[in-house]
Amino acid sequence: MVDTGKGDLSLVALTKSYGSFTAVQPLDLTIEAGSFFALLGPSGCGKTTTLRMIAGLDAPTSGRIRIGEKDITDTKAYQRNVNTVFQSYALFPHMTVLDNVMFGLKRRGDKDAKRKAQETLELVQLAQVGDKRPTQLSGGMQQRVALARALVNRPDVLLLDEPLGALDLKLRRQMQIELKRIQQEVGLTFIHVTHDQEEAMTMADRIAVMNAGRLEQLGDPATLYEMPRSTFVANFLGQSNLLRAQVLGGPSDDGVVRVRSHDTDLEVSREHLPDGVTDVWLGVRPEKLRLGEAGGPNRLRGIVRDVSFTGVATQYIVEMPWRQELTVVQQNDGTARATLGETVTVSWAATHGFALDASQDAEAGAELVDEHG
Amino acid sequence: MAESGVLPAPPTSAPPAARPLAEPRKRRNWVPYALLLPGMLWLVVFFVLPMITLGSQSLQEGNVDDGYVFTGNVGIYVDAFQQYWPQMVRSLLYAGTATVLALLLGYPLAYFIAQKAGRWKNVVLVLVVAPFFTSFLIRTLAWRTILSDDWFITQWARKLHITDLLQAVGLTSNDSLLFSQFAVIMGLTYNFLPFMILPLYTSLERLDPRLLEAAGDLYASPWQTFRKVTWPLSLPGVVAGTLLTFIPAAGDFINARLLGNTQTTMLGSVIDAQFLRVLDYPLAAALSFIMLLTIVTMVTIYVRKAGTEELL
Repeated sequence: MVDTGKGDLSLVALTKSYGSFTAVQPLDLTIEAGSFFALLGPSGCGKTTTLRMIAGLDAPTSGRIRIGEKDITDTKAYQRNVNTVFQSYALFPHMTVLDNVMFGLKRRGDKDAKRKAQETLELVQLAQVGDKRPTQLSGGMQQRVALARALVNRPDVLLLDEPLGALDLKLRRQMQIELKRIQQEVGLTFIHVTHDQEEAMTMADRIAVMNAGRLEQLGDPATLYEMPRSTFVANFLGQSNLLRAQVLGGPSDDGVVRVRSHDTDLEVSREHLPDGVTDVWLGVRPEKLRLGEAGGPNRLRGIVRDVSFTGVATQYIVEMPWRQELTVVQQNDGTARATLGETVTVSWAATHGFALDASQDAEAGAELVDEHG
Repeated sequence: MAESGVLPAPPTSAPPAARPLAEPRKRRNWVPYALLLPGMLWLVVFFVLPMITLGSQSLQEGNVDDGYVFTGNVGIYVDAFQQYWPQMVRSLLYAGTATVLALLLGYPLAYFIAQKAGRWKNVVLVLVVAPFFTSFLIRTLAWRTILSDDWFITQWARKLHITDLLQAVGLTSNDSLLFSQFAVIMGLTYNFLPFMILPLYTSLERLDPRLLEAAGDLYASPWQTFRKVTWPLSLPGVVAGTLLTFIPAAGDFINARLLGNTQTTMLGSVIDAQFLRVLDYPLAAALSFIMLLTIVTMVTIYVRKAGTEELL
């Protein structure tokens, strides 16, 4: 009954519509077997719908889902070798923890269910609570039971639907590390759905950023952060300062392109500039900016309007002559700190900037960032 | 109350409640007792006292003309049982069959209302309760028309040889449907069905659909999901519904009198006749007590078996 086709998970032009509303635009995605993959986006971006289609809980409007060579699009949830860790955990309240974990194995007639369930409970460090009821456990422990219940079946794909959303910040950080360890230990494909960009970057090998039912950008965490390809990604993953600029001709010999922003000439690496655009947003991350001239050849002058000391770093708000406020984060590494009202130079290197097509909304995604994310 | 099998008590490791810093002067709080008082009074006057009277009445001897005197005649229980055990067995059998039928009819309906009816939920619930707007007697009398020989149901049942089948298994004694065991059981099922549906609905309404999704995600087919998740989680409703159907059905005498014949008399009819027509009060009282004890015993065993002691 159950498909056991090992291999990569591929989504081919997968679409989901509810009447006239399209929750997921045609989505093409290949998720490598054994990887830790994150579907990241604000609520309503279609990530949970995508996950539910992979699980078989929702039927796609069109498109195919494959695991390896096997097409599973038309199989029922219970026929798929895919398991889900639900956001609400959805543990069976009338069964013990051990019975919960054995549930999947027993449905498939596994004779060794009890031993495997015990082992998996040990893996999630809950070996002693097997005969308790889920309601007797704390939220964090229930979360581990839900994980064990899915993990024990050794599915081709393990889906995690915001599994850490209900935990407090400290426990969440702990579970992120724990999940990553378990994934490396068992070597299964994990697909983690989250709206928390930091969580996605901490845990995943690869991240697909989704927005309004579409895939915005796909890549490893560092690439997404250093070279976002849209203002949405630039703002949703961390913070960005975006300066309006015009491209001033082709690249020079040293691989940089000169742009002009607010009557100042600036440089950006050739590979950080999309082809064929002349009007751009020149982006630079707050921690790449330096106070003073040490940061690089790109220099702007402004007045310090706000200083907030956070211990490891100091965050400055620097107002440019054209009223735009840049955020600068300076590591607490012993360099002199600027004071409120002081006129400062802000500098950065050409390789630290990235250019985005200026036809996009500079604020896209900024308002969606989760506060404690 | 006994600890629930479905929702266990929280672990006992919780720290003891902190003692208030300044202990207020000890003062009895009378409010809870005041709230209990009317109900307790009601029960004492209209339940406990009548039960004692009934108990003592069952141990009296004499006749209507000379009056009854208390003699402690325990033997009447043996006599009553020996004389009327067929009616007793019949009462339990009819009530049991009606309860099973009501469960089979009520469970799918309750499931539909609770999980699938959406905005029609309240409409369907009102329809379930609607028969209560007319009297029990009228509803039962209506079944005389429904099952009468010249109405289409009996006609069709004859054409489809259902009447022959019912006769063969002994539920009817001729090719009519009315005035038979069949008619009595149908009447009981119909009259007590809402008592089955409402507790089932309450219990299925609380069933989290995400648990059903989780079961499907863990390789349980729809049937396995029902057997392993839906059914066990709805057991409190099943137990409550079957009790609320079985207990009044076992004591009922209207259905047996209006839809049955002399061979379908239930214990309720006997008690009714002994109290109001024969005027043999001790026998009637003894029969009432036998009925009471039988049902309490059965219910206790049943609830223990189902693991839903919190309903007791």
